[in-house]
Amino acid sequence: MNNVQSIPYYWPELILVVTIISAIIYDLLTDPSKSQRVGMLVLVGLVLTQCANLLTASERQLTLFLDSLALDPFSQFFKTLIILSTVFIIFISRKSNELKMYRTGEYYTLIGIMVFGMFLMVSAIDLIMVYLSIEVVSISSFILTGYLKQDQRSNESSLKYVIYGAFSSGLMLFGLSILFGLTGTTKFFELQTAFETLNGTANLALIIASVFIMAGFGYKISAVPFHFWTPDVYEGAPTPVTAFLSVAPKAAGFALFIRFFHMIFSDTGLLMSAEFGIATIPWPQVIACISVATMFLGNLVAIQQSSVKRMLAYSSIAHAGYMLMALPILSNNGIFAIMIYLVMYLFMNLGAFFVVIIVKNKTGGESFDDYRGLGWEMPVVGVVMALFMFSLTGIPPTAGFIGKFYLFAAVIKAGPSFYWLVFAGGVNSVISLYYYMHVVKVMFFEGSPSEKHFFPSVLESTLIITLAIPTLLFGVYWSPVADWITSSLRFFYQSI
Amino acid sequence: MVSNILSWLIWLPVAGMVAILFIPREKADVIKIVAAVATGLQLWLAIMVWLSFDTDSGIFQFTENASWIPSFNINYALGIDGLSLPMVILTPLLSFLAIFLSWNIDKGVKGYFALFLLLDTGMIGVFLALDFFLFFVFWEVMLLPMYFLIGMWGGPQREYAAIKFFLYTLTGSVLMLIAILALYFTCGHTFSIPELMEIAPVALEGSIWWGMSSIKVIWILLFIGFAIKIPVFPFHTWLPLVHVEAPTAVSVILAGVLLKLGIYGILRINYPLLPDAVFWFAGVLAILGLINVIWGAFCALAQKDLKKLVAYSSINHMGYAMLGMAAVIAASSYLGENYIAAQAGLNGAVFQMFNHGTISAMLFILVGVIYDRAHHRDIEGFGGIAKQMPVYAGITLFAFMAGLGLPGLSGFISEFMCFVGAFGTSPFFRTVVIISTFGIVINAAYFLSAYKKIFFGELNQKYSSLPDINGRELFTLIPLALITLFLGVYPGPFLDMIKETMNVLIDQVVLKGSFAHLP
Repeated sequence: MNNVQSIPYYWPELILVVTIISAIIYDLLTDPSKSQRVGMLVLVGLVLTQCANLLTASERQLTLFLDSLALDPFSQFFKTLIILSTVFIIFISRKSNELKMYRTGEYYTLIGIMVFGMFLMVSAIDLIMVYLSIEVVSISSFILTGYLKQDQRSNESSLKYVIYGAFSSGLMLFGLSILFGLTGTTKFFELQTAFETLNGTANLALIIASVFIMAGFGYKISAVPFHFWTPDVYEGAPTPVTAFLSVAPKAAGFALFIRFFHMIFSDTGLLMSAEFGIATIPWPQVIACISVATMFLGNLVAIQQSSVKRMLAYSSIAHAGYMLMALPILSNNGIFAIMIYLVMYLFMNLGAFFVVIIVKNKTGGESFDDYRGLGWEMPVVGVVMALFMFSLTGIPPTAGFIGKFYLFAAVIKAGPSFYWLVFAGGVNSVISLYYYMHVVKVMFFEGSPSEKHFFPSVLESTLIITLAIPTLLFGVYWSPVADWITSSLRFFYQSI
Repeated sequence: MVSNILSWLIWLPVAGMVAILFIPREKADVIKIVAAVATGLQLWLAIMVWLSFDTDSGIFQFTENASWIPSFNINYALGIDGLSLPMVILTPLLSFLAIFLSWNIDKGVKGYFALFLLLDTGMIGVFLALDFFLFFVFWEVMLLPMYFLIGMWGGPQREYAAIKFFLYTLTGSVLMLIAILALYFTCGHTFSIPELMEIAPVALEGSIWWGMSSIKVIWILLFIGFAIKIPVFPFHTWLPLVHVEAPTAVSVILAGVLLKLGIYGILRINYPLLPDAVFWFAGVLAILGLINVIWGAFCALAQKDLKKLVAYSSINHMGYAMLGMAAVIAASSYLGENYIAAQAGLNGAVFQMFNHGTISAMLFILVGVIYDRAHHRDIEGFGGIAKQMPVYAGITLFAFMAGLGLPGLSGFISEFMCFVGAFGTSPFFRTVVIISTFGIVINAAYFLSAYKKIFFGELNQKYSSLPDINGRELFTLIPLALITLFLGVYPGPFLDMIKETMNVLIDQVVLKGSFAHLP
């Protein structure tokens, strides 16, 4: 479809762009003390975007703007996920004391820009678009990470993020340009056919290109060994930004990763056929090993943390590892499992980070000591946090269990050759139990019953309950989610 | 007759829990009464089920089935047979009594009773679930309340005990989950236990994973999951620690119901689903049973803490049940179709499961009684208490005698049946039985010497004003004592209740499985 024809299908992004521009203008015109209102403006824009997203729902895959973006149920699923998490993040940001000192107009604008970047990420089917979308997301997140200008750690983490981000995207760009050099095209569809004409003449170049591209994706979803930025950035960034980074860009990264690898490498049989040098590297096994390394590293280092926020940062690395488990089997079930896990993960992880913010507002700290006796002093927050911890561990009847159940099921379905991967996942669940329960332990087992109960404000309570209900409900009844994902995946395979 | 009675059994405690959450925490008495009413009603329903249970049928009764998650073929399926019925009676009984044992709890009353009722739901749910996924969910639902009950209301080392318990059982659960999924994908995409009983013995034949028969792999995964709960020898280290730290009521539930889940799981899942592996594993199972018997007994002999002694005696008692279970292979044509031995062993194992539930519950209650008064449990630290607490001394003597297997009390009959069954199986089993009978002697040694040290001799002056056992405590002990005595004299009703199901199980194992099937 050419550019003009594409516009009617591009309403969600257009509304988003209008929202961003009006947010910038509105922020310029209003009093700095009322900059919170920009957040509300962006919120309204996001709701409208989601309405447009639902209205443009297409029955088949459409390619927009001369085959550079895809509009399909798969991308719409991820767009919905991204909008949902952003809406939560905007509410959460309003409640964060860290951001109170600063004017937050740009903050919300940047979040809006990030959403736009992620929209591009989940629908990109062109190498240039892949790179541009990743950069839009990365650059906005660099700034968001360093948003606390007076805070040294925030500045430090932002700088680290810039260096790592620049390096990884440089590598990725190099890989993408090799692909372009080999095939003369940047479009995913044309790449597929171009590979067939290559017929194994440029194997070394293909291997190098795929390794470099992997590095770029690995960085985005913070898989080992491209994870080094994650803990520092997650710790230094304002907590709402940490929560955001651990959910939305990760989901977008997985969407891009899945689309890229399935369209270019696995569908053409490039990963498997003997003619291509790329097949000499056992990719499924490599991804499986990366997955195992990611979960072990995330979990083992998380045990040693004394700050809950940093612990959650490492645990989010581990969760990326769990999700990676389902990639190497190259099946629809694997993608399904990743998608359902992302839905579950969104609620429980945002919930856990939000509790960190509430506790920091009250006690001023993020270490385990600040959580001592929390269950007795703030019963609602304590119980809900315990629920999130159980869910992150993956204990029924919580959403986290269902996510893990689908991941394990997908891998086991692939046959005995991948059973070791499931065992690694199981061992890691047990390891993660230890540090998640550490939070529960300090909250409930230490400290003593107090007469005075502290209840968070109405908005805070509503938010954590809103996050807690799906965490519990999807652990008991998740058919609607499963059906939604099935319908999102229906056209994924036919079209590519 | 109430329709959907099994659902009522499961969800009644949850209803009680929800009610408790809405009661203001100042009204501690109301909370306790609600908990007692919920478990009392549950007990009444369980008795209703028992009275209308058809003992001539070995198949599932009162079945319920509703679609839950159709896309994964997960169903809400419940049913009861002779294997689960004893536990379905025992669980509400012990829960009901445990509420009274917890009457003195004063810290976080609301949370305690709410969690207790959730634990009750998890336990009874496992015994009634006929869908493997549902089974697993209930299995895990038990963990959360257990973790909090130990960690918040336990002894000085409660935090360590709670996390150790959790880590051990979660390891087992993860292995079980992998086995469940492997069964699902290899056996016709179903979680239904009755369907798997038909499909699994055939579908798994001949497939090899990592150079090992898939039947063996799944058996091992499931067995470890259940063995941690029993607990079988190398996995037993969590049990004494947790018992020592747990409050009395939790110890009672732990020993009375949770340990049985392991045996129940093996008989419900491993035996009918993987009959071939039963033949492969029966010898190992008997050896593990022997180790449990001897190891548990010797460890108990060395304990200075009365509660630890009782905990190790639990390990010992579970060993007898394992011996009895292993005897099921006696009915195979290979070993001369000795149905009598197989029946004696299997019925004995289930009977032992029930009896240990009542006897160990009594023992833990009695330990709790003395601990509440003296604030320690050191066997050497008492002396001559019998003069001061004659009623307590009398009932403790009864419980100790039941524990050491005195004829006339129920423990003797079930242990005897386990031995008889194993003895009739093969010469190898015979040797195992002969060695493990020494366990009984050691049993007697530690129970009697502990009794002597605590109750006889000079009265320790520190305890010259100990009050005797009170009415509330007696109320919790007497039903259990009566059951022990009644079943010791006249076990017929109990064995009638389970025997048809056991016959079906024996047929399932010996007709569908054999020594020859495994590569």
